[in-house]
Amino acid sequence: MGSIVLDGVCKSFGSVEIIKGVDLEIADKSFVVFVGPSGCGKSTLLRLIAGLEDITEGKVLIDGADVSRLPPAKRGLSMVFQSYALYPHMTVRSNIGFGLKMAGMAKDKIAQRVEAAAAKLNLTPYLDRRPGQLSGGQRQRVAIGRAIVREPKAFLFDEPLSNLDAALRVQMRLEIATLQKTLGTTAIYVTHDQVEAMTMADKIVVLNAGKVEQYGTPLELYERPANTFVAGFIGSPKMNFVSEQNVAGQYGATSIGVRPEHIVIKRDGQGWPGRIAIAEHLGSDTFFYVESDVGRITVRTAGELGLSTGDQVRLNPDPARIHRFDKDGNAIRTLQ
Amino acid sequence: MARAVTPAHRITVTIAAWAVGIVIAFPIIWMVLTSFKTELEASSLPPKFVFFDWTVENYAIVQQRSDYLHHAMNSLIIAGGSVLLALIIAIPAAWAMAFAPTERTRGTLLWMLSTKMMPPVGVMVPIYLFFRDFGLLDTRIGLVGLLCLANLPIVVWMLFTYFKEIPKDILEAARMDGATIGKELIHVLTPMAVPGIASTLLLNFILAWNEAFWTLVLTSSNAAPLTAFIASYSSPEGLFWAKLSAASTMAIAPILVLGWFSQRQLVRGLTFGAVK
Repeated sequence: MGSIVLDGVCKSFGSVEIIKGVDLEIADKSFVVFVGPSGCGKSTLLRLIAGLEDITEGKVLIDGADVSRLPPAKRGLSMVFQSYALYPHMTVRSNIGFGLKMAGMAKDKIAQRVEAAAAKLNLTPYLDRRPGQLSGGQRQRVAIGRAIVREPKAFLFDEPLSNLDAALRVQMRLEIATLQKTLGTTAIYVTHDQVEAMTMADKIVVLNAGKVEQYGTPLELYERPANTFVAGFIGSPKMNFVSEQNVAGQYGATSIGVRPEHIVIKRDGQGWPGRIAIAEHLGSDTFFYVESDVGRITVRTAGELGLSTGDQVRLNPDPARIHRFDKDGNAIRTLQ
Repeated sequence: MARAVTPAHRITVTIAAWAVGIVIAFPIIWMVLTSFKTELEASSLPPKFVFFDWTVENYAIVQQRSDYLHHAMNSLIIAGGSVLLALIIAIPAAWAMAFAPTERTRGTLLWMLSTKMMPPVGVMVPIYLFFRDFGLLDTRIGLVGLLCLANLPIVVWMLFTYFKEIPKDILEAARMDGATIGKELIHVLTPMAVPGIASTLLLNFILAWNEAFWTLVLTSSNAAPLTAFIASYSSPEGLFWAKLSAASTMAIAPILVLGWFSQRQLVRGLTFGAVK
């Protein structure tokens, strides 16, 4: 079991408030990603759950028990750090087994568990090496091995893939997601990479300036963003916002948002007139950056349309996929 | 572009380096040479460098007159004991300062170092009285404690600098793995800082070995280390240069050998903090 509940959690460093009252319920066996721009408090929130930082106010509950004042070791969680944080003076075997040794487990039992964890992560040939003799991906696996061997209530990942190159990152992303599903252990994963968030998460927590902006499944966040921040943060390229009164007003909103993939671009006909400032041809997709009467608009189309830089075009947003926001930037849900 | 090194340049640098090296080592070379002279030749003018009657009689006389092994053992116990004691106190202290600093940590470190700026003679009388009243005069335990306190600021500073280089994440990982503070110190921090701890140990061992002020003031015979052994041959009257030199050579020999074999660690210790 590994359900985690945050109840009004606040954290201040001196007079600076980093986490401003976070309430969250993380279901057992789920994979939850904390995402947000740098400095939003996502790592701090993870460290508060881990117990590496003391919370200023509020409570952290694991399986219903208040662990707010317990040291990290007593919370039954394990953590994978961005820097891997392996013990450089120990072999892979000792690195993975360290937690079990600290727990006072018998040597033969430790050996057994370490071998099993290593086999899961294809680390068996490297058990007697030291971290310094391993590649980045292998070190990351050791860090994960150290986390799984203790059979914790939940895994905490603090931007674990940001030190890896792009290809390895995609591979490890899959491996972590698969591993979490097979083990059925709750996982909390911190990242600033929204692609990681969208692909791995059962549920995403979007954080901004120490507050939860929205908590939902990846598709909920994509299709029904709660406010302009979430709308702009989730999705790549970013959502277009139009706050021209004569346009937004038509929809009864202060501003409207349209995702680049929900705009039809044509040479002529109806719609917002504009001129293609830059066209990026990726083969599978084409991105157009259009200077239009309603501002700069990004358009994403599948395949090639034969349009290029300098062309005059007309833009037509899909009316069913226009997001409406009020003057505070919150989504307007009521129908017109 | 790398600077071109011409042979002439190299020869000049070599000669200059040797010259500086000889000037620096001269007092020690001179001391060793003098220890093999007779007292008469040792004080002759002009001084003789190599062409004199080589003799080992000074060593024989010194060994006969005073017990070298007794003094060497005292030096070993006092220097070794004080450094080990200092390490036991300083490792947790430096851990706290490096990984759980408060706003006063910097000030505390500077205050500790400031005690090294005070001339020891300034506190000679109170410390002497303290030693007398507590029966610590001429005891090894007294000197172990005193030299430990005297070198503690440097030991803490050096360890603090080494510990600062250890990523905090690793200690946090240990904490997540269930290590208590004690286990974290023993299983993770100390093994990772072994090079730093070794150079701290060596440098402070040498400092304690060579410490002459307190060892001369506070010992007479029982606990007298090699510094006192040398000092007993320095006399305002009479011819004792050769014997003094022989005693000094015997006193520095162990530390010279130790230094030779641990050059690498020592250089790291002396430049601590300078290079990552």
